[in-house]
Amino acid sequence: MSGLYLLEQGLNGLQFGLMLFLLAAGLTLVFGIMDLINLAHGSLYMIGAYLVASFTQATGSFAVAVPLAIVATAAIGMLLEATVLRRLYRRDHLSQVLATFAVILIANELTRAVWGVQPLTLNVPAAVSGSVELLPGMHYSAFRLVIIGAGLVVAGALYLVVVHTRVGMLVRAGASNRDMAAAMGTDIRRLFTLVFGCGAALCALAGALLGPLLAVQVGMGESILILAFVVVVIGGIGSIRGALVGALLVGMVDTFGRAFIPAALRAFLPPALADAAGPSLASISIYILMVAVLFWKPQGLFPARG
Amino acid sequence: MGMLRRIWPLVAVVALLLWPQVAASLGLEFYVALASRILILAILATSLNLLVGLCGLVSLGHAAFFGAGAYAVAIAAVEWPGASGAWWAGDSAWLAWPLAMATSALLALVVGAVSVRTRGAYFIMITLAFAQMVYYVFLSLKKYGGDDGLSLPRRSRIPGLDLGNDTTFYYVVLLLTALMLVLFARLVHSRLGTVLRAIKDNEVRAESVGFACYRYKLAAFVMAGAGAGLAGALMANQNSFVSPNMMHWEQSGVALVMVILGGVGQPWGALVGAAMFLLLEELLSAFTQRWQIGLGLVLLLVVFFAPRGVAGLFARRR
Repeated sequence: MSGLYLLEQGLNGLQFGLMLFLLAAGLTLVFGIMDLINLAHGSLYMIGAYLVASFTQATGSFAVAVPLAIVATAAIGMLLEATVLRRLYRRDHLSQVLATFAVILIANELTRAVWGVQPLTLNVPAAVSGSVELLPGMHYSAFRLVIIGAGLVVAGALYLVVVHTRVGMLVRAGASNRDMAAAMGTDIRRLFTLVFGCGAALCALAGALLGPLLAVQVGMGESILILAFVVVVIGGIGSIRGALVGALLVGMVDTFGRAFIPAALRAFLPPALADAAGPSLASISIYILMVAVLFWKPQGLFPARG
Repeated sequence: MGMLRRIWPLVAVVALLLWPQVAASLGLEFYVALASRILILAILATSLNLLVGLCGLVSLGHAAFFGAGAYAVAIAAVEWPGASGAWWAGDSAWLAWPLAMATSALLALVVGAVSVRTRGAYFIMITLAFAQMVYYVFLSLKKYGGDDGLSLPRRSRIPGLDLGNDTTFYYVVLLLTALMLVLFARLVHSRLGTVLRAIKDNEVRAESVGFACYRYKLAAFVMAGAGAGLAGALMANQNSFVSPNMMHWEQSGVALVMVILGGVGQPWGALVGAAMFLLLEELLSAFTQRWQIGLGLVLLLVVFFAPRGVAGLFARRR
């Protein structure tokens, strides 16, 4: 097990974790402030990825397509909030699950109607399609470095906004105690539409950055939605700091689990059994992490509600 | 409304009893199998309704117990051919179906022991996490087909009945569904049901009156698991096939949608919800390829205009 391999896996974990953070940030604030379980959050990620693929094809430039898709997805997100989700804030979790499940069905089918059933391919932009020699003998994909860079910048900016600005203070107040924040004069509704739009924009960014690595297809939102929820619950519902820590933990555990668990099992189990158990144990590792965290800290690592 | 309320369960029972004959005379034999699927999913949704409606425990991992029951039947049939026709053979319903329920109940005991300590959104997520673990375990069980699934050599045997016949199988499923619905209705008014509702309304108060809430909730979780296991055993027989997709989280989501669609806590709710979901799917897909849009719109209408579910529209207001 060489140090370079460890470093490479560490970078992969960081990259995956940062993308999960982009998805979980919007989800945790929506969950924390409006107490809304939004299963349709993954659909915004899917729509963002599709829009980036289409705009890239139309304009010929990935760099132009990404901001366009982010703005468009934010608009779609705010439209969704204003038409459907706004009616769900005072309802119980069950109604929210049913309604947002319905939104998933509609979004998936509309996506199929517009773009067809075949997955789209979104190529890595030519300028960053090569690899960079980070250390002597260690090559790493330039595009993944771009993802890490963009993820760090956005995560840092978001953290500064939420923790150190007046708007961020209102957001945190809303997540901690919505009624009290409203009583103190905060326009929770407007604040929330804004938060929702930002959450949708972050989804689109994640879709744009992950699109070239994964296939752009219907259903891509649901598989990553579960991971985003795991991150939210590990971090503590409503906590942006929790989402960041949770996302990095999940990204690292998942990446290292896939890289090392199968090999580690082979060391002390018969090969046939190790080959069967390895991949499933690697897939399960983040859920074990979540159960363990909830066992010790039932409210997540950084409970937002006082 | 009063008359209608009393008559429509009777109409439903008569329709369900006569359905195979009606379908055969109309040349719609395919719809007997569809009706069996509706009833099986009604058993699954009823078992989930026990958790959601009675205890307020919203589980998003119920498909794990459904799939575990299905795999118990399939694995028993493959591993234990035994003497054909003997009740202890792996393909005997007398052995395989209780085995499926016991397997799922045991799994529910393990999952529930950890899960029912949490509440609200955390309960939703932790049940989902356990279901994902079970899903990935079966996905990697290459011996039993892995992600390709596993075919059953034949449907389970009950001496004197030919379960391979869709109509016979339908009546067996109908009998079990009726038993399940009656049990559920009895449970609601039993001592256990009353305690569970008290816990749902105010757990602190129930605890301070002297009820061991954890044990009651765990008992409900295990019972719901056993019910889902029975549904899984029947679905394995209906399709003569099991696969990890049966325990995918979207299957848990669909079961939950059926419960909400029919009406949370309504004795008939799960049956109404399962029937509506599958019939809508069937009807809409006959008209348009884009049937999921129609289904989604109907679900939204239910959320906004029938907050107590469709069965709730007909139920007596309390």
